[in-house]
Amino acid sequence: MASSLRIDGLRAGYGSVRVIHDLSLRVGEGETVALLGTNGNGKSTLMHCIMGVVRPGAGRIVAKLDGIEHDLAGKAPHQIVQLGIALVPEGRHLFPRLTVDENLLLGAHRSDARRRIAENLELCFETFPALAQRRDQLAGSMSGGEQQMLALARALMTAPRILLVDEPSVGLSPLLVAQVIAKIEELKRRFGLTVLMAEQNLAQAIRIADRGYVIVHGRIEFEGASREELAKNDLVKRLYLGL
Amino acid sequence: MEFWLTQAFNGISYGAMLFLLGSGLSLVFGVMRIVNLAHGSYFLLGGYVGLTTVSRTKSFPLALLSGALSVALIGLGMERLFLRRLSRQSLPQVLMTMGFALVFQDLGLLVWGGDPYTLAVPAFLAQSVQAGPVFVQFYRLFIIAVAFAVGIVLWVFLERTRAGASIRATVDDAEMAQGVGINVPLVSAGVFALGAFLAALGGVVGAGFIGVYPGLDFEVLPYAFVVVIVGGLGSLPGVVVGSLLVGLLDNFGKALFPELSYFTLFAPMALILALKPTGLFGKR
Ligand SMILES: Nc1ncnc2c1ncn2[C@@H]1O[C@H](COP(=O)(O)OP(=O)(O)O)[C@@H](O)[C@H]1O
Ligand SMILES: [Mg+2]
Repeated sequence: MASSLRIDGLRAGYGSVRVIHDLSLRVGEGETVALLGTNGNGKSTLMHCIMGVVRPGAGRIVAKLDGIEHDLAGKAPHQIVQLGIALVPEGRHLFPRLTVDENLLLGAHRSDARRRIAENLELCFETFPALAQRRDQLAGSMSGGEQQMLALARALMTAPRILLVDEPSVGLSPLLVAQVIAKIEELKRRFGLTVLMAEQNLAQAIRIADRGYVIVHGRIEFEGASREELAKNDLVKRLYLGL
Repeated sequence: MEFWLTQAFNGISYGAMLFLLGSGLSLVFGVMRIVNLAHGSYFLLGGYVGLTTVSRTKSFPLALLSGALSVALIGLGMERLFLRRLSRQSLPQVLMTMGFALVFQDLGLLVWGGDPYTLAVPAFLAQSVQAGPVFVQFYRLFIIAVAFAVGIVLWVFLERTRAGASIRATVDDAEMAQGVGINVPLVSAGVFALGAFLAALGGVVGAGFIGVYPGLDFEVLPYAFVVVIVGGLGSLPGVVVGSLLVGLLDNFGKALFPELSYFTLFAPMALILALKPTGLFGKR
């Protein structure tokens, strides 16, 4: 059941603009690791590098799944999904003109998951009962909270081992943010996932994070070995609490 | 009365041929955001290949198949070997498809010469009957039937199959389609080949109707674009409505105001776009 992620000396950007500078981080087996940072510091770019959507200029991204190491840099996104890595993207990126059911079925593009579509679908509706009543509704017509739940459910349909979640709190009311964060924790426990979560919302993120990193201008400026360490760090306080 | 019915029938059958031409263009644009100026060339080449097949084998079904399939292969080659290298660079892509269109034009001239041809259609399709006030040519009915069948098959494929859902997901959000594990390059190649297939099928069908001759490629291209732009890029219902509208407008325009035929075709288009810039069924 072992699955972990290791990034070493990663550099990436867009055209001539470098966004990620020699970045290294680890996500251990079964951990939930928070990647904290305010807007524009490279969190999403890092997620896209892991998924193969952005090609890194240098560095290594290695996923270890069932004791086998896979070098992700250079692989195409669909190959990375195939390995068992799923992204819940910032802004959800559902397929708005497809129904809830179709969004979920497209999530099951991994061959492992395709064999167990019915089973996974049932699990999804059990985990997200609100979606069960909206199976034929167009994804674009749902509320923000429902859409975030659908984005999580869609990622689950690939039966992933490593789950990347990019700013799940964006655009949601505080109450919904708390619900979504609690859901991520529930999914992680239930399916034995390894989770890397980018967040701006410190208070919510450290509720479920085992530990975390702070990213500033594409560099890791602080590494907190526990959620307590993160919460009382000066840089974190300055960035998030304006102290 | 007779005039109106006859012109309406002619307009609808012309629209049916435009549907075959436009559906592929719309699909390709929706999935890949490529403005393919070689789309009219697929129509032309399909017609020529169909012509040669009929003259060699005397088989019309074989002509439909060989014309559509060989051009689908050409489209596949264009996408895999050339356009793929320019992915997301729209201007270089347009220029490259323009280059291909010119090459295909010369190729057509070289292989098939400068004479106009009409494809010999099977005898039972060449008949016509007087139905009340209207003179009905069977071949026009046949074109309508083909377009209808293709439309149904396309709809079922896009709406009811997994591959179709992958295509629609790619239209909606290509980046996220990759993110859920859809092999977007494969989807793109498939859609491009399908687009060429449909245009060429239209070309073979059209060769028995409007004929096939040098310059046909650039003659039909603006029609394809008008159909697709009016209907809304990437929308199948849009292509249906767009092609019927253009077919009817073109026919009535030419019959009623022959010297203004371009005006009667393009003025309503401009009006629709002014009122709804995304086209009748476009979402973006
Ligand atoms: N597709 C893109 N093209 C060019 N620059 C981009 C693109 N996406 C992000 N950037 C730039 O990269 C930097 C980091 O952005 P991003 O990774 O989205 O940060 P975050 O997710 O932490 O808000 C920003 O300066 C942003 O403007
Ligand atoms: Mg971001």
